[in-house]
Amino acid sequence: MTATVFVPRDSTALALGAEAVARAIAAETERRGLPLRIVRNGSRGLFWLEPLVEVATPGGRLAYGPVSAADIPGLFDAGFLSGGDHALSLGPTEEIPYLKNQQRLTFARVGRTDPLSLDDYLAHDGYRGLRRALDWNGQRIVAEVTDSGLRGRGGAAFPTGIKWQTVLEARSDRKYVVCNADEGDSGTFSDRMIMEGDPFLLIEGMTIAGLAVGATHGFIYVRSEYPQAYRVLVQALDVAEARGYLGNNLFGSGKGFHLAVRKAAGAYICGEETALLESLEGKRGIVRAKPPLPATQGLFNQPTVVNNVISLASIPVILDRGSSFYRDYGCGRSRGSLAFQLAGNIRYGGLVEKAFGATLRELLYDFGGGSASGRPIRAVQVGGPLGAYLSEAEFDTPLDYEAFAAAGAMLGHGGIVAFDDTVDMSRQARFAMEFCTIESCGKCTPCRIGSIRGMEIIDRIGAGGDGPAQVALLRDLCDVMQAGSLCAMGGLTPSPVLSALDRFPEDFGPKQRVPS
Amino acid sequence: MTTPNSPATDGIAAAIAAHRATPGPLLPILHTIQDAMGYVPPEAIPMIAQALNLSRAEVHGVVTFYHHFRQHPGGRHTVRLCRAEACQARGSETLIAHARAELGCDFHGTTADGAISLEPVFCLGHCASGPAMMIDDEPHAAVTPARFDSLIQPLRANPTEE
Repeated sequence: MTATVFVPRDSTALALGAEAVARAIAAETERRGLPLRIVRNGSRGLFWLEPLVEVATPGGRLAYGPVSAADIPGLFDAGFLSGGDHALSLGPTEEIPYLKNQQRLTFARVGRTDPLSLDDYLAHDGYRGLRRALDWNGQRIVAEVTDSGLRGRGGAAFPTGIKWQTVLEARSDRKYVVCNADEGDSGTFSDRMIMEGDPFLLIEGMTIAGLAVGATHGFIYVRSEYPQAYRVLVQALDVAEARGYLGNNLFGSGKGFHLAVRKAAGAYICGEETALLESLEGKRGIVRAKPPLPATQGLFNQPTVVNNVISLASIPVILDRGSSFYRDYGCGRSRGSLAFQLAGNIRYGGLVEKAFGATLRELLYDFGGGSASGRPIRAVQVGGPLGAYLSEAEFDTPLDYEAFAAAGAMLGHGGIVAFDDTVDMSRQARFAMEFCTIESCGKCTPCRIGSIRGMEIIDRIGAGGDGPAQVALLRDLCDVMQAGSLCAMGGLTPSPVLSALDRFPEDFGPKQRVPS
Repeated sequence: MTTPNSPATDGIAAAIAAHRATPGPLLPILHTIQDAMGYVPPEAIPMIAQALNLSRAEVHGVVTFYHHFRQHPGGRHTVRLCRAEACQARGSETLIAHARAELGCDFHGTTADGAISLEPVFCLGHCASGPAMMIDDEPHAAVTPARFDSLIQPLRANPTEE
């Protein structure tokens, strides 16, 4: 019997040596004359175990990890192809507590299937949402999405159904669906995992969005820092087109949808939706003033849905299982699940999809196992580079949009970056300002110039002398940036700065503290 | 200066022809040129401007706005080191200091032997496994200074390799 082995082609797995592992398995198979099928799956998102190799057995899939190429002969000797025991054995993959304790709605398939096999996708409930959508009119699809309670997963948490309703009602011969795959925030990788690990899910979600609002053309705007995601998407689009899952006549319905992938060029600001649209049009990524909203005048001045990868990838399960299935997860006004990303100085980093409502502490310690360095976790930045830093006192905050807002923070896309007690928070505050100087589009003064002045003030605080006056000046500057910036870049850069200042004031003063 | 109908201008003309019919063609054209030539040469600017009915200033503005596009040739390889928060939390500053010293150049610089250009990057999406870096299109995570040296060494040792 031909054994089946899974070796991820997710780019973090590749970055940890998965390609060499796959080659070593192929070579060893050849040497021993064994029949073997190697599937290059997505990642399960348990990154401390990558490269995580799985074998299919009659009793289900068994995991081994982290595997290096040097381990391969030993694994063969241990009979791992039939589930033999080895020092790297992790048992049945789905029973690993980190995975078992999640609620994977959007990530249900990631790591289980071959990302580029449409048949695999169909065999695992793929395209069931689109089939239902094809029987419905646009208004009914939009109503289902609205009813699910889905809010934008890119960070702003705007209700997806309301955005779609606006585009549906806009009158135009040409409308667009644009996927914001410019996942530039540090501490986030869930978009990348979907694009590399389950690309047909994103394609299906965008196709449903097109049917819902009456758009026949879509673009996926992928950052240039993600070459592997770009390659996988290009291949997946070819497969979908060849099999009639994209094009003029979806399943003979007479309805059409066309999709293209575009590569960004390394500008963080192009994650802001209007800058992204400018970039797609071939211009500098300069933020537009709103209104008009992209929903009425977006790409090439036409009504446009702009949604994040995870928002769009959550659509198929909502259509397939129904809005109430999705809505029944979560708490308060945060419905469904969020793909949290545990990153930074964390022992067990990875992707944790959970219904809203767990606490930050559960993620950091029950899933994350505390810091990777073994030192106390001192600060946690949630929601990306523009998100607030939280201290231990806030670790019991429930992971829900409103609870985080009430705590003066932002849940955003669920990216969580942990720092141990060697962190110098005034340096983190300075970095937030520096990042803004590098990545500001330059259109508005509070962002472009304010961030430079912010760096200078933090440097003066570190140099000592006149401390209280400089801190007051920094707060005043942050107020101007928050109130006077055109978009979230300048408007939210003060969040990490002020939260560091408020929660870790002892780090702001003449530099004596030497990070150990 | 490249003369008309040199291989370079032919390549630029081909890149323009390949994309001019697509909506919003400028970024795809620039990517195609840079992927082939390693940078966007100055002679590309007026050619693109004329083909797309833009001013040279507009094309120049786009080339210089995006960090990804180079206006000058770089080294044979590009090494991108992540400077963002999640990698900072895992010791990227030590790695960056080591890389600068080892390569003898700063960010945006190129080693004296022309082998490697060093560029900063803000996030490669390996945030649970940092510090991360990318050598050309190849990702690497959990990069210690020793691992950096072992990855870099073959790129410098053999200038004819590729």
